[in-house]
Amino acid sequence: MGWKDAIEGKPGDLVLLNGNEAIARGAYEAGVRYASSYPGSPSSEITETLSRVPASDLYAEWSVNEIVSLEGATAASFAGLRAMCTMKADGLNVAFDFLTSMNLGGCKGGLVLTVADDPQGHSSVKEYDSRYLAKSAMVPVLEPSTVKEAREMAIKAFDISEQIKGPVLLRSVTRVSHSRGLVRLGALAQERKKAEFPVGQRFLTKTLFHMKARDRLIQAAIIFEECKFNYTEGPDRADTVIFCCGTSLLYAREAINILGLQGKIKLVKIGTTFPLPERFILSNLQGVKNVIFAEEIRSFIEEGVMLIYARHNIGNIRFYGKISGDISGVRGPFCGEMNPDIIIKAIARVKRIQYEAPGYSPETIVEFSTMLPPREYAMCPGCPHRASFWAVKTAIAVDSRDCIVAGDIGCYCLGAWDTGYNLFDSLHCMGAGPGIASGLSKLEKFGLKRPTLTIVGDSTFYHAVIPGLINGRYSGSDFLCIVLDNSVTAMTGHQPHPGSGISNHGRSTTAIPIEEIVRGLGIPCAITDPFENDKTAETISSTLREPGVKVLILRRECALVAARKHQHKKQRVYVDQSLCRGESCGCGRFCTSVWGCPGNIWDPVAGKAVIDEAVCAGCGVCATLCPAGAIIAEEVDK
Amino acid sequence: MKDPINMVITGVGGQGNILVSEILAKAASVEGFRVTVGESYGMSQRGGSVSSHIRLSRNCLYGPIIPAGHVDIIVGFEPVEAARIALELGSPNVKIIVNPRPVFPVHVLMGKCEYPPIEDLLDKIKGITAQTLIIESTVLAAQVGDPVVQNIIMVGALAGSGYMPIPRETFEEIITRVVPQKALELNQKAFKIGFETAQNINRS
Repeated sequence: MGWKDAIEGKPGDLVLLNGNEAIARGAYEAGVRYASSYPGSPSSEITETLSRVPASDLYAEWSVNEIVSLEGATAASFAGLRAMCTMKADGLNVAFDFLTSMNLGGCKGGLVLTVADDPQGHSSVKEYDSRYLAKSAMVPVLEPSTVKEAREMAIKAFDISEQIKGPVLLRSVTRVSHSRGLVRLGALAQERKKAEFPVGQRFLTKTLFHMKARDRLIQAAIIFEECKFNYTEGPDRADTVIFCCGTSLLYAREAINILGLQGKIKLVKIGTTFPLPERFILSNLQGVKNVIFAEEIRSFIEEGVMLIYARHNIGNIRFYGKISGDISGVRGPFCGEMNPDIIIKAIARVKRIQYEAPGYSPETIVEFSTMLPPREYAMCPGCPHRASFWAVKTAIAVDSRDCIVAGDIGCYCLGAWDTGYNLFDSLHCMGAGPGIASGLSKLEKFGLKRPTLTIVGDSTFYHAVIPGLINGRYSGSDFLCIVLDNSVTAMTGHQPHPGSGISNHGRSTTAIPIEEIVRGLGIPCAITDPFENDKTAETISSTLREPGVKVLILRRECALVAARKHQHKKQRVYVDQSLCRGESCGCGRFCTSVWGCPGNIWDPVAGKAVIDEAVCAGCGVCATLCPAGAIIAEEVDK
Repeated sequence: MKDPINMVITGVGGQGNILVSEILAKAASVEGFRVTVGESYGMSQRGGSVSSHIRLSRNCLYGPIIPAGHVDIIVGFEPVEAARIALELGSPNVKIIVNPRPVFPVHVLMGKCEYPPIEDLLDKIKGITAQTLIIESTVLAAQVGDPVVQNIIMVGALAGSGYMPIPRETFEEIITRVVPQKALELNQKAFKIGFETAQNINRS
């Protein structure tokens, strides 16, 4: 319960927080009054934590999408208040149009845009380096290395933003956001600023203001030269220097220790990654022979430092990084996340030393690991998406025109893989499905005869689907849009959305039902329960045959939310093994090998199906699908 | 005592990794260690592997990823996941505490790959570790009253194993602090049984 310590902890307390909670605490200490976000891993805990601040002190909002979120936070800045807007890297694209406009004219109260990148894509479909977008938007970047520094940087970012009168981007990565460490809490800001928007104060965008944005960067560069977030470790002089930022500082430190090179290699830690502190960097290039770069995702510092080198006469230096291919994990340079072993390998090469990690022989590893089955992602037991996907699969088979399925982003992106019956033919970003379906449906006259269907989520619907539907109807496209409505933004930790009818602070608000929006657009809309699987499949199948844009909402609460609410499952599901025909049934072990729910397992001794009751959520959908009627779903008391 | 102490808690989404790493980190900080916990739980709700790297040191702050070969202790809530971490980060010096109850991956359920026979798997794990403690934590948790406290049984087993320089009382104090009041008695019982089971194991 890190949020409790982050919000209720007293100044001086030493508490265990994750990076996101530390950022939230920093913002709280800095007197943030407006916190908005669209949820996205690994960033979500920041606004979740700030939502626990008493509503009298702070306005917190799960916005409909990232651009609206940033616009709202910027409005608070215009009124002189401190504001933080948070998103994952993918969201920065959505907010980018406004960011690049707003940053020209600038803002007033401290405005911190916290963006969490996800190197390795632990919970993303892409690994994205937001620093290049920040550079393109001419927004300064701070990059914390530890949980402790995340808090400090959040505070400092507000100060810098007010000094330069423009936004500051705080770049986190998964290994900061989702690491935990001990943080000493500071005091909360005492000053209570009033929101003011004086008559005559204007915030406009003009091409000429490009100069203002440039001058702000020059100002930031001066501030960064003297900034405590840039420092060196190790000897004053060394022929080999590692430039690092983010958690790579810790990896580099450990790599030097493991190789026994303490005192022989200098670490140059950069916390202000854009604009780079040029004088500080130059002073650490003098007399150096080898430079190694350690940073997450792309070669941002590497390029910056090499450019500084090229502009000055410093003598011969060899650079080892992603561009040279020396900083490279199992996926090769530029791909995947950093770790200590990548840096150990690079240092060993530069220093020409042999390093063999303790471990096992390659033969042992190969022999043993072939025994270990991979663990693919699976939808939870009782997940309504599984039932929805099964109904879609059934309907497409009945339709027999090889329907193309355009997918979208959420838990249900698993529709692209085995657990979702490999249904998706395309999978990109939020809202891409309806646009792609609409475009495909226009290609009939050029020979494409396959009908199109797109599957989107409920939170995605509000975030990015509505323009695609309007476009589809206006342009006379033909596609079916299926909305999987599980009542929350499930993938990122069950945040509410406009259909949920709950605010960040837990108060009830007026829900905006999806069907009202769809019907308001003049698009026909039906609603079914995916647990009534046959009926749902029939509805999909008949709707697919109708012309124009159609929406079908498959509505059923997320299984995890339902379990939390109801505590006990409502049905007991079990296999009557006297009815199960086992391998001789002809169903091909449907419940285990096709349906793919973790609750349906095989009893190898009896050669029959069985339910893992410790795992089963009691939805009973498999009972309706078993051809032998051997799975029994029984109502239980409470 | 070795410094740093590197530990991995591993299992499958939903088995309660995060609470366990919180308890361990807090207990270690009470004992004066500098603590870093690196977690990967982005897709944990989707039945994926979940592991937490826990790094304890009296000297300096370590990063959230343990270098290959440097893990000292693995606590595995699931045997295949424990083996996977051992191969990735372990060495013949590693000690493992493992719950032998399989959680079948979806591809195993679908018949696309096989889950190894559990005895073979455990033998292999024993073969690559300095010591392996098998704790039937799911079974014990059910006996205590709720399979959910499997994770706290494992915390008890870790405390009882003596692998960590953290006294029993510190663990108990942290559990009292982090577990909700209504579930406290159940969790305390789970911890005790885990502790005693590990203490009574014949470690030949």
